[in-house]
Amino acid sequence: MNIYEKEQALLAGLAANETNAIETIYRENFTTIQAFIVKNNGYPEDARDIFQEAMIVLFEKAKLKSFVLSCQLKTYLYSICRRLWLKKLQQESRYYPAFELTNEAVPVDEEIDAHEKLNANFNLMEQALNKIGEPCKSILDAYYIQKKSMPEIAETFGYTNADNAKTQKYKCLVRLKKIFFAQYKNVE
Amino acid sequence: MDDTLLLDAIERYRNGEMSPQEIIFFEELRKNNPDIDQLAAEHNFFLGELNKFSEIKAYRHNLNEVENKLITEGTISHKKANRKAKIIYLWNRYRRTIAVAACIAGLVSISTATIVSMYSATKKKEVIMPLVDHKLNQVENRLNQLETKLNDASTQAKTEAAPKFEANFRATGFLADGDGYIITNAHVVDNAKNIIVENKKGEQFYARPVYADKTTDLAILKITDTSFKKVVNLPYTFPKTSAELGEHIFTLGYPREEVVYGEGYLSAKSGYYGDTTSYQISISVNPGNSGAPVINKNGDIIGIISSKETNADGVVFAIKSKNIYTALKDLKDDSIRLPLVNSLKGLDRVHQIQKLEDFVYMVKGN
Repeated sequence: MNIYEKEQALLAGLAANETNAIETIYRENFTTIQAFIVKNNGYPEDARDIFQEAMIVLFEKAKLKSFVLSCQLKTYLYSICRRLWLKKLQQESRYYPAFELTNEAVPVDEEIDAHEKLNANFNLMEQALNKIGEPCKSILDAYYIQKKSMPEIAETFGYTNADNAKTQKYKCLVRLKKIFFAQYKNVE
Repeated sequence: MDDTLLLDAIERYRNGEMSPQEIIFFEELRKNNPDIDQLAAEHNFFLGELNKFSEIKAYRHNLNEVENKLITEGTISHKKANRKAKIIYLWNRYRRTIAVAACIAGLVSISTATIVSMYSATKKKEVIMPLVDHKLNQVENRLNQLETKLNDASTQAKTEAAPKFEANFRATGFLADGDGYIITNAHVVDNAKNIIVENKKGEQFYARPVYADKTTDLAILKITDTSFKKVVNLPYTFPKTSAELGEHIFTLGYPREEVVYGEGYLSAKSGYYGDTTSYQISISVNPGNSGAPVINKNGDIIGIISSKETNADGVVFAIKSKNIYTALKDLKDDSIRLPLVNSLKGLDRVHQIQKLEDFVYMVKGN
């Protein structure tokens, strides 16, 4: 298996949310990224955050069937981390680092933009879920996030049958949608 | 109810749970009913977002699991590395600032130190004047010589005992112990080759310093002459406690060949530039008053006059008496016993002075 095939396999594993694939990528890349961030005014905690963000970018990309790596995985990850870190430094207006701007970096602007939008929506959804209150939050969480079946949910939450639970779930969903879109439109 | 049914339909359509017939029906419905189509599109989008949310949540969960595993393994930095990295971080973050700050601090401290030392050294010399009379004028000397000659003529035998030499400074001292220990200023006897002390009666004795501390400016002399006879009943004591502001004080000293009385008050509990080993007193003094006792109304010697500020009127500094105790401790000489009984208390000033005079000495030397 050559490097290209190996990396494609890793990406496929990532798309399927396989722990093995995640672990392999962590082992092969994290130290480099941490060294880079610590060298550029960051704590190791920052390195962990940035690396997670980059892994999410990679995850979103890997899910797309059309995605093909144009360079080595480590270069790609490095480029993403570098951009994410630069952005964070600017946002927090920390001491501006002397970046070597051309060093082994591939353009990742699109990815970063998409990632920001994704993050924004993720946060909106999280806030909306926190706002709807119980038992709605738990019911929606059980169905849409933990992917439990309706009969199972009916039992857990004490509904007499799955249909009643389903009706409740839809009521909750409508409320969640309302909150989500209210904020979503504000952001837009 | 309708809405719920519709939402359910949208979800089942999305999840591919519909039968082919249902799909056809549902698609027809959307095509012909813009409102339903709009609702379906919106709901679809929302479900997509919700799905992404749950996916990322699950994925983040896995990321954290892996991260925790690697942290436990030690592959990813744990606490110990953290601390080290924190220093690196701080260093990286602030190294330029630190460098600049260090440079500035260095320059500033060097220049301030230079300026301060230059300024204060010169200022101190100019401003603070020790009260030793170095200008024993020639008229006076000649008078002395004449006097001696006169004395010689009348009492030839006696003069042999009195030491004869030309003094080039004059100050004051007072007995601390009847065995011939005299307290004066360190700057008085500094560099002096010969020292003689003279009492009110004009008796002169050779003395040598047994203690001199330039920091406190305190010196103790010992009369070496065998002709000196032990003096008893020193009338004053040396309080260890601090004197109070506004206390009336007086002094006896030798700014002239004759003992001179002066009085004033205690103006500050610290001396020049906050020097806590001395007082500031307001009193009229002249060169020659150095080493004179500062006495309060009870007859306690609270200090020793040492210097005055030249550019201010009546600003005189006196060493606190408790420094005498420190000096005795440093000296490690048990033979010096400070007087313990005060016999001046309650007397009027004239009588106090009469009793005191005998114990205040003129200190001369060259």
